[in-house]
Amino acid sequence: MKTFKGRPVVPGTAKAEALVSKGGFNTLASYQKSLMFGDKKGTCSDQNNPDLYGKPMSGKALCLPQTIGSTTGGMVLYCAAALGRQPACLLFSKPIDSLAAAGAILANVWTDISMPTVDCLGDEFLEYVKTGMTITVSEDGTVTVE
Amino acid sequence: MKTNMVLTEEQQAMLNGEKGEAMAKVMKTLVMYGEAFGAERMVPVTSKYGHLVTSFGLSVMKPVYELIDKLLEAGAVSGQKFSVDPRPLDKNVPSNFLQNLLFKFMYSKQKSYEEQLEKMGLMNEKAFTCTCYLDEVGNIPQKGDILSWAESSAVVYANSVLGARCNRNSGIIELFGSIAGCVPYFGLLTDEGRMASWIVEIRTTKLPEAQVLGSAIGMKVMEDVPYIRGLTKFIGTQLDDKTKAYLKDMGAATASNGAVGLFHVEGLTPEAAELGEKLIKPDARTYIIDDAELERVKAGYPCIWKDPSASPKLCFIGCPHLSLNQLIEWTHRLESRLKELNKEKVSVPTVFTASVPVLEAFNKTEESAKLAKMGGITSYICPLMYMNNPLCGKMPVITNSNKLRTYTTCRYYTDDEILDIITKGGK
Repeated sequence: MKTFKGRPVVPGTAKAEALVSKGGFNTLASYQKSLMFGDKKGTCSDQNNPDLYGKPMSGKALCLPQTIGSTTGGMVLYCAAALGRQPACLLFSKPIDSLAAAGAILANVWTDISMPTVDCLGDEFLEYVKTGMTITVSEDGTVTVE
Repeated sequence: MKTNMVLTEEQQAMLNGEKGEAMAKVMKTLVMYGEAFGAERMVPVTSKYGHLVTSFGLSVMKPVYELIDKLLEAGAVSGQKFSVDPRPLDKNVPSNFLQNLLFKFMYSKQKSYEEQLEKMGLMNEKAFTCTCYLDEVGNIPQKGDILSWAESSAVVYANSVLGARCNRNSGIIELFGSIAGCVPYFGLLTDEGRMASWIVEIRTTKLPEAQVLGSAIGMKVMEDVPYIRGLTKFIGTQLDDKTKAYLKDMGAATASNGAVGLFHVEGLTPEAAELGEKLIKPDARTYIIDDAELERVKAGYPCIWKDPSASPKLCFIGCPHLSLNQLIEWTHRLESRLKELNKEKVSVPTVFTASVPVLEAFNKTEESAKLAKMGGITSYICPLMYMNNPLCGKMPVITNSNKLRTYTTCRYYTDDEILDIITKGGK
């Protein structure tokens, strides 16, 4: 078990199974298919992301460095949240990027769902956490991995 | 809501709900967005026009249209007119019965969404393009303008080639900035945020393919600002039409294959010409790009066609949308290649995409009829949205766009390779 301290961009609590992307998370490419065809599991459709491609993202603790790609990214994340297909939480090793921040904040202000978002967890966090591990997020941005 | 940001009286009043709940939520979103990046204040949006990324009435994007309805009901409309990304449908582009059926289902909200856009502040019905900054379209920010835009390829172009200032805003956020008339001051809006933390040294033997160079840079520097050296020996130091088109295509690849929002080209782009090496951070890292590196990057693109040896059924050229000169140049290249091969028409249906105003200008040139005669199809469509139709995504489609490759099943080829493929075989 290991604990990491980050900055809560959208504070909240969550407990979920980790899903880890070592490379940048391309939000549009990842959600494109699942949003379009009503796939409630939010199966990742980004063929350029070998860590996530084909894996369900809904309800998972998504661990990633940052998001990349199209500026529809935040809107796509907002839609996933408004439709109840969002990850349980978003955990960034690096400082959050503008698209992910937009998605997390839009979901917070304009929907009733909870998707705690923590950034600046450090490279060590992403090195330590493996897909399938259990993640607990606290209000103050503390993330426990076991 | 409490905030550490220093707001003007008007902004604070908006946040407190004095202009209604919808405006309060718009401001709350912008304030939280600013706080996430350490912004201390808002700055006014100074460009004449905005640009929105969301141009498609996708039925599953219902939450977005509901949100816009809420804003319209509350009278929260954009304070500036705006252009918007290309339309997702155009009957000029070949599609079969089943594909059309699915298109109708997928984009069932297109008409109602376009009505929303009009009420919200769309420039005009021709303002659907990702290349809003081209002369024919006329949404051209001035150097130093503060923008509230989205569309990664337009943002990187406005920042880098025009010297305007815009963050890589997400869809919806860009609209909120245009509604509130202000954006949080951070990142690429600040002098510090525009400093380069990478030096990219171009050491190739010839002009790199714009789309591959952009891809290599994007994948390496991700969201950082690169300062590119060694490119002007190939493209010169004048920001003429040809150079701007090159930077448009290169930039789109840096933004989609990575998350670049601004690049400087030594001796060429406005800030690099003005400030030179002063733009480079002291601890900047260096990335050397030679022929082998470009080859390595290109060889790394996965081919996700079911049958990698399938013959292409369609080709898209123009993501981002083509400029007038690019359309003319493609016509000339195609004409001379077909002549060499003693052929009249392309063997693969090839769609050249550009904005409506650029296509109208092209239609006035003699090249327009020539391109049509050779089987070239012109369209204002967004090829990405065409490829999003899974029945289209299953087809072997080729493109010279690295952005299209990244988001769809399209296979990438260089311009020269595309020219070979679309002219071989057939009559």
